[in-house]
Amino acid sequence: MAAFIVRMGPLLVLWLAVFLSGTWAVDRGNFKTCDQSAFCKRQRALKPGQSPYRALLETLELTNTKLTLQLINDNNKVRLLLELYRLQGNMTRVKINELKPLKPRFEVPDVLINNPPTEPLSLLSQDENGVVLSLGADSQWLIVSAKPFRLDIMEGREVLLSLNSRGLLAFEHLRIRKDTQVDPEGAEKKEETDAANEQAEGETAKEDGMWEETFKSHTDNKPNGPSSISLDFSLPGVEHVYGIPEHADSLKLKTTDGGDPYRLFNLDVFQYELFNPMALYGAIPVMLSHSAQRTMGIFWLNAAETWVDISSNTAGKTVFGQMLDYVQGSSETPQTDVRWISESGIIDVFIMLGPTPTDVFSQYASLTGTQAFPPLSALAYHQCRWNYNDQEDVAAVDQGFDEHDIPYDFIWLDIEHTDGKRYFTWDPHKFPQPKDMLQGLMDKRRKMVTIVDPHIKVDSSYKIHNEIRSKGFYVKNKDGGDYEGWCWPGNSGYPDFTNPEMRAWWASMFAYDQYEGSMENMYTWNDMNEPSVFNGPEVTMHKDALHGNWENRDLHNLYGLYVQMATAEGLIERSGGVERPFVLTRAFFAGSQRYGAVWTGDNTAEWEHLKISIPMCLSLGLVGVSFCGADVGGFFKSPSTELLVRWYQTGAYQPFFRAHAHLDTPRREPWLFGPENTALIREAVRQRYALLPYWYQLFYHAHHSGQPVMRPLWVEYPQDTATFSMDDQFLLGRDLLVHPVTEEGGRGVTAYLPGKGEVWFDVHTFQKHNGAQNLYIPVTISSIPVFQRGGSIIPRKARVRRSSSCMEHDPYTLFVALSPKRFAQGELYIDDGHTFNFDKQKQFIHRRLSFANKALSSRNLAPGSQFITPSWIEKIVILGASKPSKATLKTPDGKENLLEFEFDASMSVLTLRKPGVNAGVDWTVVLQ
Amino acid sequence: MSCALLLLLMSLALAMGTGAAVEIQRPRGVPLSSELENKPFTCLDGSSTIPFDRVNDDYCDCRDGSDEPGTAACPNGSFHCTNAGFRPAFIPSSRINDGICDCCDTTDEYNSGATCQNTCREMGRKERESLQIMAEITKEGFLLKQQLIHEAKRGQEDKQGKLTELQGSKKGLEEKVEALRTVKETAEDPEKEAKERHLKAWEEQKELLRMEKDKTRMAECVTVGDIQRYFRLQSHLELDPDSDGSLSETETQGLLGGADKVDTSTFETVWSGIKDKYLSEGQSEPPAPVETPQEESRDFVSDHDSDHYPEDYAGEEEEDVEDDEEDDHDEEEEEEKVPPTVQTPEKREDDEVSMPPYDTETQSLIDAAQKARDDFDEAERALREVDDQMKNLEKEIGFDFGPSAEFAYLYSQCYELSTSEYIYRLCPFNRVSQKPKFGGSETNLGLWGQWAGPEGNLYSVMKYDHGQGCWQGPNRSTTVKLTCGKETVVTSTSEPSRCEYLMEFTTPAVCQEPASLDEVLHGHTEL
Repeated sequence: MAAFIVRMGPLLVLWLAVFLSGTWAVDRGNFKTCDQSAFCKRQRALKPGQSPYRALLETLELTNTKLTLQLINDNNKVRLLLELYRLQGNMTRVKINELKPLKPRFEVPDVLINNPPTEPLSLLSQDENGVVLSLGADSQWLIVSAKPFRLDIMEGREVLLSLNSRGLLAFEHLRIRKDTQVDPEGAEKKEETDAANEQAEGETAKEDGMWEETFKSHTDNKPNGPSSISLDFSLPGVEHVYGIPEHADSLKLKTTDGGDPYRLFNLDVFQYELFNPMALYGAIPVMLSHSAQRTMGIFWLNAAETWVDISSNTAGKTVFGQMLDYVQGSSETPQTDVRWISESGIIDVFIMLGPTPTDVFSQYASLTGTQAFPPLSALAYHQCRWNYNDQEDVAAVDQGFDEHDIPYDFIWLDIEHTDGKRYFTWDPHKFPQPKDMLQGLMDKRRKMVTIVDPHIKVDSSYKIHNEIRSKGFYVKNKDGGDYEGWCWPGNSGYPDFTNPEMRAWWASMFAYDQYEGSMENMYTWNDMNEPSVFNGPEVTMHKDALHGNWENRDLHNLYGLYVQMATAEGLIERSGGVERPFVLTRAFFAGSQRYGAVWTGDNTAEWEHLKISIPMCLSLGLVGVSFCGADVGGFFKSPSTELLVRWYQTGAYQPFFRAHAHLDTPRREPWLFGPENTALIREAVRQRYALLPYWYQLFYHAHHSGQPVMRPLWVEYPQDTATFSMDDQFLLGRDLLVHPVTEEGGRGVTAYLPGKGEVWFDVHTFQKHNGAQNLYIPVTISSIPVFQRGGSIIPRKARVRRSSSCMEHDPYTLFVALSPKRFAQGELYIDDGHTFNFDKQKQFIHRRLSFANKALSSRNLAPGSQFITPSWIEKIVILGASKPSKATLKTPDGKENLLEFEFDASMSVLTLRKPGVNAGVDWTVVLQ
Repeated sequence: MSCALLLLLMSLALAMGTGAAVEIQRPRGVPLSSELENKPFTCLDGSSTIPFDRVNDDYCDCRDGSDEPGTAACPNGSFHCTNAGFRPAFIPSSRINDGICDCCDTTDEYNSGATCQNTCREMGRKERESLQIMAEITKEGFLLKQQLIHEAKRGQEDKQGKLTELQGSKKGLEEKVEALRTVKETAEDPEKEAKERHLKAWEEQKELLRMEKDKTRMAECVTVGDIQRYFRLQSHLELDPDSDGSLSETETQGLLGGADKVDTSTFETVWSGIKDKYLSEGQSEPPAPVETPQEESRDFVSDHDSDHYPEDYAGEEEEDVEDDEEDDHDEEEEEEKVPPTVQTPEKREDDEVSMPPYDTETQSLIDAAQKARDDFDEAERALREVDDQMKNLEKEIGFDFGPSAEFAYLYSQCYELSTSEYIYRLCPFNRVSQKPKFGGSETNLGLWGQWAGPEGNLYSVMKYDHGQGCWQGPNRSTTVKLTCGKETVVTSTSEPSRCEYLMEFTTPAVCQEPASLDEVLHGHTEL
């Protein structure tokens, strides 16, 4: 944006004065607080108390799949319809809509991967106070209380979760405007009929912001009037809640008493601030609760602007107070109360009952799908900058990596590569021969990403614009004309990605004959898809803009998901459905994980931003989005050399590993900071490449079962309360623990190694450490503290080459870290690395590696699959081993070979030399 | 590692292969010493000894990577390409069999399935051609450089001579200035005296005149009301005896000695009593109409300011400020040269009566002094000019124009390069700038900083810095890379990083003494 001012200069001076205050930090005044968002203010004014809602038990209907029941608001007599579903996999769905809305209310499409399969509910008892339903097995009950209306989910005698227990269910029913300005006669008539309702409700049509609200210079016309909804959830026994990204905040969510609620509203926030609940680029309305007993999830399926309040009865207590409670056995049980508020739509909540973290991940994955399985190369290192200036620049940077022997797979082109910010085009002077450039990269087995943003330059000589306009595919303004706003190209239109026809057309634009200059090693980056509208309210689209019949208000948070969906579909289609796509997005919603990667947007080259990258990606991982990363080095400003090195070291162990920099910053390719720092960065990148087999396997699992790649410790150690708030270290899968150095001048870190009775091995020194301890690790500038769990087997490729593709057929080294019981288990996943053949034709190798009874073996985990790899097992390193007298390799053909080995007694490391066996076959190594 | 041993090891790798079938011809001309075969191999760092069949067996046994020069097994190994017809090279062993042709003789891809063409001959030919061209350019360039050095030497001598000459004339001028200063001072003393005399006489006369005037004025004032009106006595509350806020006619009458009419002499008595008070109060209370416009103009200026730089423009303002600073700087310099035109308050006395002309005697003293002053000033100016010339010469002589002053010819020259958008201008040892082709002001891309080439080749790069500031960025700077060429010309410009420019510049001045062409070519075809 900064450069934007300079470059667009006189053209935009007029609105710039309004839009940019020119400060060099987030301008909070550009974004609403709850108090400035009329519905949030109205809803938050409601205090806990007796709910006006009453269940009309006589309306109860129970079918095989659901229970329906009417609710009435005793104040205004408006009726709601409650639908309850028991979903397969231990989930409960609660839907509440108006019984007879004036017009349909928005229900979010395209996020659930199917209509979630139900299980029968059975009625256990019923009286005038309510009904008790059985939630299948596990002695779980659902209690519907009639007056006031409330829902309690119980297991045995324990309440797991209550809805409306604080009486904050509030449903602003759709109504006709009584305002005399609109239709004096009609309104008068209406007034008589509605008078009772309105008076009883104690609100007037002129109440703040119900029919119109103004923020800064923008007026939001609300033809549909008030439509917000709210519901509270109580979680007894819970002190820790997580999720609801995207916020630049700690992993454990904070209570919001006395401050603003966490806000979910996709926004382009210029120079965002850390540690506050302000909305950012993406929104996933999923919250996880966790205690030593149970993990649960709440998925609030609503795409409108949403605010989430969190309060806790223990949050205010000092440690001493809590201890006192504990000693005296007194006091209340801890409890967390949560309240969701959305501007429109309906209440549609999925309660994922766990009980384990893994269960919650599976449950959520069964609703919204799993992480897209990326091409292997996308897990390697990405080199980005706003901007690589021209083809010569690209060639020189590519050459620089080879000269300094640093691997990379992708080089990225930001907006300046286009012809005047017209996406799908190339600047004719700077990039006259894009195919030559791409071919040059292909010759090095490398790839490129170009940016394609969803704002389209309004320019009658631009093909993309003309087609969208003529097909009527643009989002419309409230008056029915094409909605226009300012973005990079100046005046821009915004394609209506909610329209499936529009998405199909968009996808077709990625065909090789449509996107001129594109080739199969070129992939896509969707930025600015909140959408960013420089002169719009809060730098985004006007809420009264129209997507077909729906207002942006109803589906705002979905727009970014649809952009990435259509783009990913385009990349699949251009290859005839063969190749896996790779698309990076900045905006996202629940379900976005199915389409590619996300990054944490325009961060800053500061140590605190390096630190926050960990909780931000952990939070995303908990709610399905595993492919997450932060701009290495920081986007705004220029990092110190130390910060840059530390960021590479951290990024090398985070899922999406891309360096990026703002146009106005000095160049920072890895070799520009002297030979020592070049070597440090080279080493960090090489560690990433060596570990790619493990990363790939983790992503296969994320794709397969929805388990996050990057995990908070509590996910694997759910009963270890010490881990519940940790967000300066993390696990990759189960088996690697990473504690990056994120302190300037750091001389040491204290890592918490979890697991009583477990051991952890330093992956660099093979030093063994006991679990369940805080371990102080002295560090130097070259240190990246990483530990492998005793009991695990991790495959690596030790031959790091200039790109991941070059390493495709290289042999594997297996790192076997023995548990104290001399046991270990791991996996090996191999496929072609880039097509859907693993899925469609079961062309992959998935093997179980296990070490038990002094024997290490590889067995097929997927008997139906087949794939041939030339890769072989180069070396086996067994940590925590004792010295054998001999090691014998047994292969399926019945042959037995003695293996040579080395034993390092000081570290108890046994290295088996060159088993040489193919990675795809059965084999066993027996130690005697 | 010796080249021969390395080649040997590589050839073994090629011959033996690893588990997979490897078929490639051993490079010709490398003797395979059978003596080494089947003898244990000791890693070159001495860290361990392994059976010879473990050399190039696609498993890394030596910590230093020395056992696998022909495979990719060791992370720190190097592979040697013979590249017959071109130039031999080492590549990291991670590039062996990675599917990318690195060696022009294709030897790095012996088992990857990559189809590589042997391009060594072609590359060798091309390189020879370009070397030949370069050699010719270097040769001619070097000749030109000799001329440049010669000219520079002569120029330097000229300048030195000029400097010496100037030093001589400076001495003379200094003496002249001193002599004239004495003449001037001698002439000024009598002038000063005569002037003071004249002034004093005039002051006395003026005082008489003033008194006359007061009398005349008073003579006509007769009634109390007249006096009151004339002197606006009502507004002079300092004269109000009962301090009730107004000076009534009766009170005025009292002031004037009780009479309702006064004659000149009575008034003079009273007047001299109140005059000082009246006047001092009057002066301390500056007349309103004079003050008002001043305030208005101040308001106007501040309004103008805020219009011009609304707070919202903080970002852009920064750049403007930088510009302004530069402008200010220039203005300051100009101001120093132009004598200040200060409005002196005494001028108002001109309203009264002007001083009579000097008498002839005084006038002639003044004229004489003025002439002495003019002569002195002129001599001083001449001295300054010589000083300036000397300074410039010293500056030029003091510049580092290279070991043999071969870059001296670039001094005070400018070279331009026109691109699609801008005209770039390099004025060596002075500044680099950029001007939009289609209107817009020139941007300073940096002022001469220093030679900035790497050690041993210091004069291959020029650095210009402290150019115009960038919005939220550094000050613009330009790196100029010098390469040997027959002509002196800017060949390209780019902006690799925001506000950091790179310029390529050819000049004969960097051409090195050419090795004979035969030598060059021989050196590269040896293998």
